[in-house]
Amino acid sequence: MQDKVNIVVIKPRGKKWWSIEWREIWRYKDLLYFLVMRDIKILYKQTVLGFTWAIIRPLLSMFVFTLIFGKLAKLTSDGVPYAIFNYTALVPWTYFSSSLTTSTQSLIMNVRIFTKVYFPRLFIPLTPILAKLVDFFIAFIILIIMMAWYHIYPTVKILIIPYLVFLMILFSSGVSMWLSALAIQYRDVKYGVQFLAQFLMYAAPVVWSISLIPQKYRLLYGLYPMAGVIEGFRCSLLNTKPIPWDLIISGTISALIIFITGFLYFRWKERIFADVA
Amino acid sequence: MRNNISIKVENLSKIYRIGLKEETPDTFVGAVKGFLLRPVENFRRLRKLSKFKEMETKDVIWALRNVSFEIKKGEVVGIVGENGAGKSTLLKILARVTDPTSGYALLSGRVGSLLEVGTGMHPELTGRENIYLSGTILGMTKKEIDNKFDEIVEFANLSKFIDTPVKRYSSGMKVRLGFAIAAHLNTDILLVDEVLAVGDLSFQRKSLGKMRDVVSEGRTVLFVSHNMAAVQALCPKTMLLHSGKIVKIDRTPEVLKEYFKLMGNKNPKNLDNLKREGNGKVKLTSLKIYNNLGDEFNYVRSGDVTVIEFTLEKYAIVKIVDIAFRFRDLFGQLLFTCSTQFTGQTLEINSQRLRGKCILNKFPLAPGIYHIGFWVAADRERADYLEKALELQVIEGNFWKGGKLPVVRKDGPFLVEHKWVFEEEKNGQ
Repeated sequence: MQDKVNIVVIKPRGKKWWSIEWREIWRYKDLLYFLVMRDIKILYKQTVLGFTWAIIRPLLSMFVFTLIFGKLAKLTSDGVPYAIFNYTALVPWTYFSSSLTTSTQSLIMNVRIFTKVYFPRLFIPLTPILAKLVDFFIAFIILIIMMAWYHIYPTVKILIIPYLVFLMILFSSGVSMWLSALAIQYRDVKYGVQFLAQFLMYAAPVVWSISLIPQKYRLLYGLYPMAGVIEGFRCSLLNTKPIPWDLIISGTISALIIFITGFLYFRWKERIFADVA
Repeated sequence: MRNNISIKVENLSKIYRIGLKEETPDTFVGAVKGFLLRPVENFRRLRKLSKFKEMETKDVIWALRNVSFEIKKGEVVGIVGENGAGKSTLLKILARVTDPTSGYALLSGRVGSLLEVGTGMHPELTGRENIYLSGTILGMTKKEIDNKFDEIVEFANLSKFIDTPVKRYSSGMKVRLGFAIAAHLNTDILLVDEVLAVGDLSFQRKSLGKMRDVVSEGRTVLFVSHNMAAVQALCPKTMLLHSGKIVKIDRTPEVLKEYFKLMGNKNPKNLDNLKREGNGKVKLTSLKIYNNLGDEFNYVRSGDVTVIEFTLEKYAIVKIVDIAFRFRDLFGQLLFTCSTQFTGQTLEINSQRLRGKCILNKFPLAPGIYHIGFWVAADRERADYLEKALELQVIEGNFWKGGKLPVVRKDGPFLVEHKWVFEEEKNGQ
């Protein structure tokens, strides 16, 4: 029908500024696909090792940490070899930190695109979130190989893994929306995020065991969603302890809050991105 | 919105904040204090970029001020104006890249924007990958690109290099690829900004041709350009913007006349910056064009007595010079030449400086924009050559004393004196 043409209305921000036009997202789905493919393809372009880097990077970290914290500092590792204790945490951690640093820069890197063309702006910080999943799955496969090497066999507890991956993505996206929208206006964030990532790593139980946290602070500490994700990975895959529901639940609550506020902040700011960039 | 309206803009305004000059302290204590408080100041400044509550007038500019207009379906409208007149801001608002401060706009149908050539292309990816990436960024779906893929490659003339990373392309190849993708965008409304000013001459001609196809397909097009000739060739209607306001929106020749008046006075021809070739023994140092009424704008009327006045300067010992003016259209197509060789004048240059005039008794071109090229040979060797010495706007004049003037697009550029003789033959007599 001729009358049913789609009318685009352009005006200053209205009352329902946060609402998403799902029809529009659907129309642009191919763009999201190609953006993600771009990030995946260019990541290891012109390297000799290519995707082997996705394996080498967490493994190298593991060797360093095992040497320093496992052998020298002799940190406790919940009864499993320190190397796999550490690597199990590094798999979700590497995903979180690399998607965090990449998406913080994402708006700055894509200035030339979004100041010229309209498309759903949320695609920009979400692209690294999706693209880094490739590295995550490669690292995860290595983890499975290592488990076989150490003769560690998972139990039915691994059914929680998909939820933990979801929680990990939820938290990463929330933080990414916050930081990318902040970084486009305040470039300090771009420099600060390197330190933030380092700080967050030591704040998470990556090199140390969660058993170092006193019981009464456990729920509070669980508000840091990566605590629940990492401890959940260890408990379910390495069969160290029962599933830490307390950590996972409080982590889910705070991840949801960060996701929703991050989404609102991003939507609030996105209309002025082109002006402040 | 009425059915035949494609774009409706009502009281659209956009305010930008420009950075204020920072105050420099004049004492040491002041400098230390300034250094310590700098982060606080910076934060205020950065935050202000997105806040307009206070509306101080000192550091805001109105890029657009209460602009209203309507464009019918299938209309092709040019937007002209000086730098900073608000052309790009208007296009950016309509492309939804940035938000208006007040007012609103309605657009019916899918909107494609072509604000740059090669938007979103990534140097590490191959031509093929970039066609899909850039195409989807511009708003196409994968299926649409699949259908047009061969056409795009064909147009860009890159079939051999389609699987080569774009970073190995020459800049000309990149531009060709970028334009080819954008030109195959299939939307109801197309917003185009200055994309024809890229590539070599032959590709420019090709892309202009492609733009002509686009505008003849019945789509609504808004076309921003500094190339008056392109505007003239593509757009029957034009909008003139000046400091964020619409000065005139009318038929293109009328609007361009206004534009050239606006620009003409403050646009002294600086020949030094033009591209020129030749051994430099003799050089063109000044050039102007005027009619018999002495109007000295960059425009003449069809049919006017037209004078091109110029000055030559001698930089070496030479004896004989030949001079020629070449008139070209915007495609670079040579239309005609005025030359001292044609008129059989042998010119000896004895003094340091030579002033000359070339007089055309009845200017023979239809309204439009043309380029005048200049050529001078010293002792049969090319001394100075400027392909585009002057951009000339020709406006309607009374070539035929009251008759209708031809339209370049339909009737061709030349006005030739002619007359008709009829003889009625009656049947059976």
